[in-house]
Amino acid sequence: MSSTNGKSDKPIINGKIDRFFLNFYNIFDFIRRLVREAVRPPIEWGEFIRQCYQVGYKSLALVTVTGFITGVVFTEQSRPTLSEFGVTAWLPSLVAIAVVRALAPLIAALICAGKVGSSIGAELASMKVTEQIDAMEVSAINPFRYLVVTRVIAMTVCLPILMFYNALIGCMGSYFDVHAHEQTSLVAFFDNAFAQITFLDYTTALTKSIVYGFTIGVVSCYQGFNATQGTLGVGKAANISVVVSMFLIFIEEVIIVHIFNSIR
Amino acid sequence: MAEGTHYIDKNEEVIKIRGLYKSFGDKHVLRGVDLDLFKGENLAVLGRSGTGKSVLIKIIIGLLQPDAGSVIVLGEDVNQLSYPALRALRLKVGFSFQSSALYDSMTVGENLAFPLRRNNRSMTKSQISKTVNTVLEAIGLPETINQLPAELSGGQKKRIGIGRTLILRPEIMLYDEPTSGLDPITSTELNNLIVNVRERFNTSSIVITHDLTCAKAVADRVAVMEEGKFLKIGTFDEVFSTQEGLIKSFYDYNFTQ
Ligand SMILES: Nc1ncnc2c1ncn2[C@@H]1O[C@H](COP(=O)(O)OP(=O)(O)O)[C@@H](O)[C@H]1O
Ligand SMILES: [Mg+2]
Repeated sequence: MSSTNGKSDKPIINGKIDRFFLNFYNIFDFIRRLVREAVRPPIEWGEFIRQCYQVGYKSLALVTVTGFITGVVFTEQSRPTLSEFGVTAWLPSLVAIAVVRALAPLIAALICAGKVGSSIGAELASMKVTEQIDAMEVSAINPFRYLVVTRVIAMTVCLPILMFYNALIGCMGSYFDVHAHEQTSLVAFFDNAFAQITFLDYTTALTKSIVYGFTIGVVSCYQGFNATQGTLGVGKAANISVVVSMFLIFIEEVIIVHIFNSIR
Repeated sequence: MAEGTHYIDKNEEVIKIRGLYKSFGDKHVLRGVDLDLFKGENLAVLGRSGTGKSVLIKIIIGLLQPDAGSVIVLGEDVNQLSYPALRALRLKVGFSFQSSALYDSMTVGENLAFPLRRNNRSMTKSQISKTVNTVLEAIGLPETINQLPAELSGGQKKRIGIGRTLILRPEIMLYDEPTSGLDPITSTELNNLIVNVRERFNTSSIVITHDLTCAKAVADRVAVMEEGKFLKIGTFDEVFSTQEGLIKSFYDYNFTQ
């Protein structure tokens, strides 16, 4: 109900195990509340758009640079092997498949976890420990709706866009490298690159980045919203947001790849 | 003591607390609190640090849930309300934080406008800015409208914090240590502000403090809290005429240094 809740602290089994299950319950409860608040109108357009802008603004430069470098490096590293078999013509499609299937979703997500997740965690945590979130509560404002729902949805919506952008930049990087070595034209490169990518590849990439975006949003908002211990808690919330988001992203990667491979 | 045109209605309790208990783990903070706040009254709650004063008013506004006991605010049982009903009640109860808790990414004007905008979606921009200016003028800080909280002094922050709750026109004000950490002159200004708020906005208030000067200046009654209970409730003179150890030492500490 309110941000500082007063659940009874008596241990049931023992302190540590209790806390572990309580944490699980709390996160589940957090997500349930998130879904309930998200589907109830009105939508907080102003704050949502501001958050989307934040996500894009904070990560765009890094997503661009890393995307480009990934494309170049992956192309350079693959060329010797392919040229042994005399199939350097496969480079565009090889890079495109690697980027769309595996690299872009992960890279975009990890950058957002590091850059945006940490800042959401720190921002909400500092609002929590300086009682700004309680101040919203007592002013009859629903801080969960205003702060959490908008941020989680913004992350979930923006990460897929950043991911496709990252993939495109990766292919551009690869194109510059291929153009320099094999003199392929831009049109030929992209014709070749995207010929091999299936609808299922796009769907997988999209699914991944939606799941990762949601994960980063939920984890960092949860950490921030439940921060304690004054300024110490702010750093801790930022740090845990990144670590837990990244860890979960890798686990989700494995699960999603398995699911989609089984229907491929 | 506070003087003016206000009228205290001893038959109407705006806050009625009975048998309130609250623990954190095995730390028993509130141990059986009973309290009435009458309409139009300013009540000071005095007590040492860590006796549970802040916990008490956080329970009144529903930020914390008690383990036992009841809190009736304006006729409604705070702990039985649904979240939307609780928010509706909070519109009528202002809460000024010990730490001021201003939104540090917003200017003073935005801090004040924010609760209004969020709670009155039909209000136009010009209506909002007019209300903001009225409140800023009432708390005596119209020139700070475009400043950020980081640029304000401690006393100014407290005033803005009070202004931000006044903007919703509450019937009850809860002040958490309005003068703590302030110099005597600024403290006096805040005492005057609290007295003026009652005259101008017709509020009933609980003022938490460990500053007897503040209690004496603003309150009709004072309640002394110790170890999660009220030792004594009455007018300032009634409470401090006693020779009882703790209350006396509290008085001596404040007035005979
Ligand atoms: N959310 C909380 N969790 C655990 N302990 C708390 C919490 N809030 C207050 N306390 C404890 O309750 C006691 C009373 O706190 P408080 O009401 O803030 O004191 P004060 O009378 O100085 O305002 C303190 O010892 C504090 O440590
Ligand atoms: Mg306190």
